[in-house]
Amino acid sequence: MANSKRQLEILSNSIFQNGELPTFKSKISETGQFPLKAKKLEILQINVGYMCNQVCEHCHVDAGPDRKEIMTRDTMQQCLEVIKNTGAHTLDLTGGAPEMNPDFRWFVEEAAKAGIKDFIVRSNLTIMLANKKYHDLPEFFKRHNIHVISSMPHWTKGKTDKQRGNGVFDTSIEALKMLNNIGYGKPESILRLDLVYNPSGAFLPADQSAMEKDFKKALLDDFGIHFHNLFAITNLPISRFLDYLIASENYEDYMYQLVDAFNPVAVQNVMCTNTLSVSWDGYLFDCDFNQMLGLPINSKAKHISEYNETLLEGRTIAISQHCYGCTAGAGSSCQGSVA
Amino acid sequence: MQKTYYDPADLRKFGNITEWDEELGNKFFEYYNKVFEEGALTAREKALIALAVSHTEQCPYCIDAYTKDTLQRGVTKEEMMEAIHVGAAIKSGATLVHGVQMMNKVNKLDM
Repeated sequence: MANSKRQLEILSNSIFQNGELPTFKSKISETGQFPLKAKKLEILQINVGYMCNQVCEHCHVDAGPDRKEIMTRDTMQQCLEVIKNTGAHTLDLTGGAPEMNPDFRWFVEEAAKAGIKDFIVRSNLTIMLANKKYHDLPEFFKRHNIHVISSMPHWTKGKTDKQRGNGVFDTSIEALKMLNNIGYGKPESILRLDLVYNPSGAFLPADQSAMEKDFKKALLDDFGIHFHNLFAITNLPISRFLDYLIASENYEDYMYQLVDAFNPVAVQNVMCTNTLSVSWDGYLFDCDFNQMLGLPINSKAKHISEYNETLLEGRTIAISQHCYGCTAGAGSSCQGSVA
Repeated sequence: MQKTYYDPADLRKFGNITEWDEELGNKFFEYYNKVFEEGALTAREKALIALAVSHTEQCPYCIDAYTKDTLQRGVTKEEMMEAIHVGAAIKSGATLVHGVQMMNKVNKLDM
């Protein structure tokens, strides 16, 4: 569902309009947490383009091989200016497959010079084997001390391929072995390799630490693969996943699950309060999900070229009902549970 | 009066049983939640047991709840079906083992 206006209408109508379920605004008002305010910037997340070699069923970016939205070197240059001057400890590159941006390597090399503490690239793994020109990505990542975070919806082939496409599991396993072979993910290694689990259907993730144990055991026993942490992420009801929820008649039940699992403690640490999301064309958003919904940031600084810490800190976060996805249970963020 | 005995929406109202007897209702839910915590058995193993028992008890609410719960815990379809077969085996075994009682009675009564 590419039309973000339509998505926001769906999220505000029916069960939320007739009062059957409380809106996110009214829910956080009950606990005195409205309005949600941005704190000091800690994580700068940059979406360098929607192009991807995969077409995953749940993708909130609606990414795929036919997407043409790609960040230019000029916009990257503007991002670099901010990276050099901000106090953010984490830089998080995402996509699409970020590696498919023709200026990706240049950007990583330049950004690495800024000495950011945690430099993340969200890699879908299969890109490393998609074409010969990507085969050296593990070495490239190692050279720049990149923290690799990759999606892996399950430790079995069936569940993984169903969500991410035929053959994705086998290729991902091969890519993980490539990363392990140069030191990524090994227990004592400083080369960080984390996996992201998100449910392959209309249900919420279970406890992150229990899932991590199961993932670690299965991947080690079956394939000899090591990784550091598993981040359990809730699927937010937007984009392709929202399409799926509606088409499978799971939408209302899923929203009930999210609302029933609302955890006010998770609200205190939702990622939008310490993160800034930059779109492929340089616009600023409170999070990647708001970016996809086109929910504008409540600040005079709307573009990376207008970045201004004073204007952005303390801004009111733009919210809608999809925000319940980040406050359910132990909470959810791009770095996993938050509560 | 509703037209069917079971309504999926009623599952969400399970907690309402405390409204008519708060003390016993709360005691039950406290016990219930404690049972499913990680212990000597993992929460995942407990969820699979619950799924199998949901079927032997033929409780539609429980089947709904524990199908979702096991999916959440990364349980595969194959594991879920095997768990149900364990329940089914015990159910059928429990029926058939009573055949011995029948045989004993026949042997006693029959000339």
